[in-house]
Amino acid sequence: MTTLPPPPEGTPAAGIPPTEPFADPDGLHSAGQTDQRAASAVEGKTVATRRRRRSGSPGALADIWSRYKRNKLAVAGLVIVAVILFMAIFQPFLTPYDPFEQNLLNTTAPPSADHILGTDVLGRDMYSALVYGARLAMVVGIGTMLMSVIVGVAFGALAGYKRGWVDAVIMRFTDILLAFPLLVGAIFVVRIFGQGVLPVVIALVIFGWPTSARLMRGQTLALRESEYVEAARSIGASDTRIVLRHILPNAIAPVVVYAFTSVGVVVVAMASLSFLGVGVPADVPEWGRLISQSYNFIRVPGNEHLWLAPAMAIVITTLAFAFVADGLRDALDPKLRGGN
Amino acid sequence: MPDLTTAQEDVLAAGDAAPRERVLEVRDLRVHFETAAGVVKAVDGVSWHVDAGETLAIVGESGSGKSVSAMTILGLVPSPPATFPSGQVLLHGRSLLDLPDAQQRKLRGNEIAMIFQDPLTALNPVFRVGDQIAEMVRAHQKISRAAANKRAVELLAEVGIPNPHVRARQYPHEFSGGMRQRAMIAMALANDPKVLLADEPTTALDVTVQAQIMQLLEELQERRNTAIVLITHDLGLVASHADRIAVMYAGRIVETGTTDEIFGAPRHAYTYGLLSSLARMDHARPAKLEPIPGQPPSLSRVPPGCAFHPRCAFATEACRAEVPQLLPMAPGSDHLHACLHPGEVAAALAAPKEVAPAAERSPSTGAPPVVEVTDLVKHFPIRSGLFFSRTVGAVQAVNGLSLEIEPGTTLSIVGESGCGKSTAARAILRLHEPTSGKIVIGGQDITALEPTELRKARADMQIVFQDPYASLNPRLTVRQILTEKYHLLGGELTKDTIPELLETVGLSPEHADRYPHEFSGGQRQRVGIARAIALNPKFVVLDEPVSALDVSIQAQILNLLESLQDEFGLTYLFIAHDLSVVRHISDRVAVMYLGQFVEIADRDDLFERPQHPYTQALISAVPIPDPAVERTRERILLAGDVPSPANPPSGCRFRTRCWKHQQLTETEKQRCIEEPPPLAAAPTGGERHEVACHYAGTREVLHA
Repeated sequence: MTTLPPPPEGTPAAGIPPTEPFADPDGLHSAGQTDQRAASAVEGKTVATRRRRRSGSPGALADIWSRYKRNKLAVAGLVIVAVILFMAIFQPFLTPYDPFEQNLLNTTAPPSADHILGTDVLGRDMYSALVYGARLAMVVGIGTMLMSVIVGVAFGALAGYKRGWVDAVIMRFTDILLAFPLLVGAIFVVRIFGQGVLPVVIALVIFGWPTSARLMRGQTLALRESEYVEAARSIGASDTRIVLRHILPNAIAPVVVYAFTSVGVVVVAMASLSFLGVGVPADVPEWGRLISQSYNFIRVPGNEHLWLAPAMAIVITTLAFAFVADGLRDALDPKLRGGN
Repeated sequence: MPDLTTAQEDVLAAGDAAPRERVLEVRDLRVHFETAAGVVKAVDGVSWHVDAGETLAIVGESGSGKSVSAMTILGLVPSPPATFPSGQVLLHGRSLLDLPDAQQRKLRGNEIAMIFQDPLTALNPVFRVGDQIAEMVRAHQKISRAAANKRAVELLAEVGIPNPHVRARQYPHEFSGGMRQRAMIAMALANDPKVLLADEPTTALDVTVQAQIMQLLEELQERRNTAIVLITHDLGLVASHADRIAVMYAGRIVETGTTDEIFGAPRHAYTYGLLSSLARMDHARPAKLEPIPGQPPSLSRVPPGCAFHPRCAFATEACRAEVPQLLPMAPGSDHLHACLHPGEVAAALAAPKEVAPAAERSPSTGAPPVVEVTDLVKHFPIRSGLFFSRTVGAVQAVNGLSLEIEPGTTLSIVGESGCGKSTAARAILRLHEPTSGKIVIGGQDITALEPTELRKARADMQIVFQDPYASLNPRLTVRQILTEKYHLLGGELTKDTIPELLETVGLSPEHADRYPHEFSGGQRQRVGIARAIALNPKFVVLDEPVSALDVSIQAQILNLLESLQDEFGLTYLFIAHDLSVVRHISDRVAVMYLGQFVEIADRDDLFERPQHPYTQALISAVPIPDPAVERTRERILLAGDVPSPANPPSGCRFRTRCWKHQQLTETEKQRCIEEPPPLAAAPTGGERHEVACHYAGTREVLHA
């Protein structure tokens, strides 16, 4: 996207509209960002401390945001994630061409005014394919993340709270899953359930939840011995209540941080599966599949855009989520509250 | 570290040669920290000195800046964020801070050594103890590795570690807490320092071990003529071990003088407040504690004028106007104070004191007990194996306790760490499932209840926890924390309930919607107490409720607990290791050792006429904050540390450390080894006095 050449004047109208909303929120955000930075230089500290003292909640969104925005890279990551989500939601309005429409007379065309990222081996518009791929990446990435976290937190809390044989069984099971090479395991699962988006998600959840579960278990093991959990028991709280009200809110932060990192992992994993030809069906635009198609053109001069564009999309998405996770790590850490 | 250069040797020799008494002097030291919240003046114009062979105590509450001044001398305060606007540190009259860094390092550790509070973290766990001491020797002396190792063994022997040859080859985790502190002291002594800075050297240790360590320090001081700077919050320790005292408050010294002057004739309102807020172990009828109201100021927001004035009963407009200077009592006197109202303080000191409510109650009301525990046992199985774990032993944390508590009274369980007192309390409440035994609370057999019935029964059995920072869920407001109990246990909850409850424990109603992290330790403990006393329980366990709090706050909480007991007729089980607090608050006291009661008696009977050798040692080890009393007392020093409850000694569990056992003949000793002594009526004590010793007998340990 950064290598995008400036659209020359007098291009067909279809070429411009997608770039406008694409550039616009970015501009707005960066303007807002500089405003905040200027404000924080003058009175940011006093505002932040005053707000913190008044609202006080360690979980208050304002408090988390005030710590999050100190990390400029994380703010940038958040902006990119927002842009990708925007593209994923409004894709029909942002794409000049139907990503499925082939034009065999104009294959592997380099970026031009008509096709800002060029065309692929079947003459389809690369930019449109990338935008459609963004939806798939977000649906699979975020969907897998949510499901992995829900399953992982449930089993992790159960293992950590119950301990004993429940813990042993769950944790040995996660050991087995984590011992599988991710791609080999995922190929195995996809072969069982057949090709499609859902089997890919299932495969990635199966191999994604154990890490959340381990994190949650560790937190739960520590917190179940804490005095406030004992205090809750001393006033007659049931196990369910203790886990949901007293352990979960205090244990969830590291899991959330990990979950955001895992979105990038999922996007890469899905692309890898597609590249290997076992991922989503061939008729679905997918970043990994785009790279796979360009495999034979890698050494052809002038065709770099075929693999560079989808690869950049994957890299940028993965990095953006990693930056967000990094920002959350600091923002959600109650130990840093009131510090700095 | 680089080797000594000739120039540095000259410097050191010159320092040694100067025949000055005054070893270390600090002049007008200021240590400030730049933070986002403003400048924190941790140390703000502090001057003190210490002479050879003398012990100077620097006393203060947490955040008073007492440790920072010592750390600065050793160059352990990182800069930035710290700045040093003014101040001189004179070692043998030469300014330490003006020397080049390399030379400063040479002097530190060689001339000045430090003993830290936590011996567990101050020793490196991956190196042998002997090697760590030898390394310290070699850092400052040019000697061979073999000679340094030999010196390490000698030092370990000097600090009283048995089998020093074997111990030197062991790792820190193989040492007990007391042994580690001895090893730390050995390391500090490695280069025969002239000044020893001891920062809370015994705070992490049990009282009998504390007595051993302080004794060791005194012996070493006598032998080597070392100057000791003892930094502590414990006034008892100060009374028995210091020659001179400097009292710090909010980064300044507010009063300094000899130990007798400070304890006998305090002239600063803060010193007086500290002393009158202390519970004392030696008073038959302790006067009501007079806590200092409020809490110590945050160092980033020190009140203008005298920093103590917001908490001071004598404060006037003048105190608010400007910071009082530290001035001598009389011209030429070494007793300095920075108070504008020394006369009023002296008058208050002389005035008679109100009597504590606890002292008025008769120990026995004859009413049927609220709590009856019979043969309570709690063993933690020791398992080994990953998949099919099997039990290979048991930690016998609680081993057959029986007790009764009458309504409206307080039974205290005292003992050293690891004796099982907290486990016993939790087992009584079935927060830990007891292994066996019977518990009856308010006529209801708690041990027989199903889980759902037990949850309902919890309305009558509550607990206040030790650590107010850990016992409140950080994600809930005070209101949510308190209302949860009403939701779970029933009970009418109107809009006045929570405000009234908060006022009962001395908080204001607008505190309800704040989160725990917005409160100080003392205020959090009040929230914890509010949670426990809501819905009027019959029985409350107080698990070391004041041990995590500052001295001046402890008295506030103790008074609150006493007045709540009077008001609501609460029955307390008080778990503590601090005998002074126990003497103040209890009606009856049980002494616990390795999972068993060794003695149980009415309070005054126990303190005045202890029958068990362990009780006697324990009482004698507790320092009393009165130098006059301390001089006449004799300490019974116990050997070694508490044995592991996984493998307790046969017969009498205390015999391995018992001073009386060692005086017995071989045939008498055999009885201790073979026959566990039962808890039976004491031969010479009062009625309701039981002791578990074959050779029990009175020994006076409070007064000479």
